[in-house]
Amino acid sequence: MIAMPCVSPDGKPTPSGMATLKAVKCGASTPEAISDATGQPLFRVRSGLRELVGAGFLELSDDNYLLTPDGESVL
Amino acid sequence: MVNYMEETNVPTMPLIGEKAPEFEAPTTQGTLKLSDYKGSWLILFSHPADFTPVCTTEFMAFAEIYPELQKRNTELLGLSVDSTSSHIAWVRNVEEKMGVKITFPIIADLNKEVSSLFGMIHPAQSKTETVRAVFVIDPEGILRTILYYPLTTGRNMQEILRIIDALQTTDEHKVATPANWKKGDPVVVPPPKTAEAAEARVKEGYDCKDWYLCFKKL
Repeated sequence: MIAMPCVSPDGKPTPSGMATLKAVKCGASTPEAISDATGQPLFRVRSGLRELVGAGFLELSDDNYLLTPDGESVL
Repeated sequence: MVNYMEETNVPTMPLIGEKAPEFEAPTTQGTLKLSDYKGSWLILFSHPADFTPVCTTEFMAFAEIYPELQKRNTELLGLSVDSTSSHIAWVRNVEEKMGVKITFPIIADLNKEVSSLFGMIHPAQSKTETVRAVFVIDPEGILRTILYYPLTTGRNMQEILRIIDALQTTDEHKVATPANWKKGDPVVVPPPKTAEAAEARVKEGYDCKDWYLCFKKL
C-alpha cells in the first residue's frame, strides 16, 4: 500500500491534509503560501496538493488551489 | 565479473550538468515527484537495504546533518529497493532502538524504476541491491555532484555538507573551491582566459601564487 500524507486510505484527509485545506480556506492558494501557512516543506505540500485534488477536496484554477464543496464539507 | 561488451541492456545514468530525470515514486511520505523539489537543493541517495548495519549508521548520520542541510535549503530523499512497509518498520526500529528519528522520506523502489534511471545498481557489486550513491541536484533540477561508494563503505556526512557549501558558494560568488576547502576558507578566483587578463590578474589584489592560481577571502 502506498503511504499518502494528505488523504487516508479511507478517503478522508489526514491531519496534514486538513491543515492544507484550512490554509486554503484562509486564503493561501499557492504551494508556497500553503507551505508558509502550515510550516510543511514545499515538497510535501506539492505532493499533498496532488492527492487532495485527486480525492476531490481541492481544484486547481489558474494556478490557484480552491476548495471544492467536498473540501468545504470536511472542514 | 560482468562482461559489459556482452550486455545488451547497459545501464545508463545522468551525468553532471545534465537535467536529472523526472520520476514519480512511492515514499514513506506519500508519492513524490522529483519536480516537487523545484526551488530546493536535493540530495537523492540510495542505500543497499533496510535493516543492515552500515545503512543504519548512515541513516542516523543523515538524520544528524538534516537540520544543517535544511538551513542550506537542502532536502534529503533516500532510496532502496525495499518496500514502503519495510522502510517504515526500519525507521521505527531505528527510533526505538537507537533513539534517532528519521524525518526525511525514503523511496520504495521495488520495481527498480528510479534506481535504474539513476544508475544506482552496479551488477558487479550486487544485482539486487543499490550501491551507496549520492546525487546532488540543484534548485533547477540540474545534477551537480555524483558520488558512489561500495556496499562496505559508509559515507562521510561532513563531505556531503562540504559539497553543498562549495556548490552554493560557487553559485553565489562565481568562484571555485580548492582541495580540502571548508566554509570560511579562501576561494579560488577563476583563471584568466586571455594573456592580457593574465597580465592584469597579478595586479588585481588577490593572493596570487602565479597568474593561474589566485585566492581571495569572501
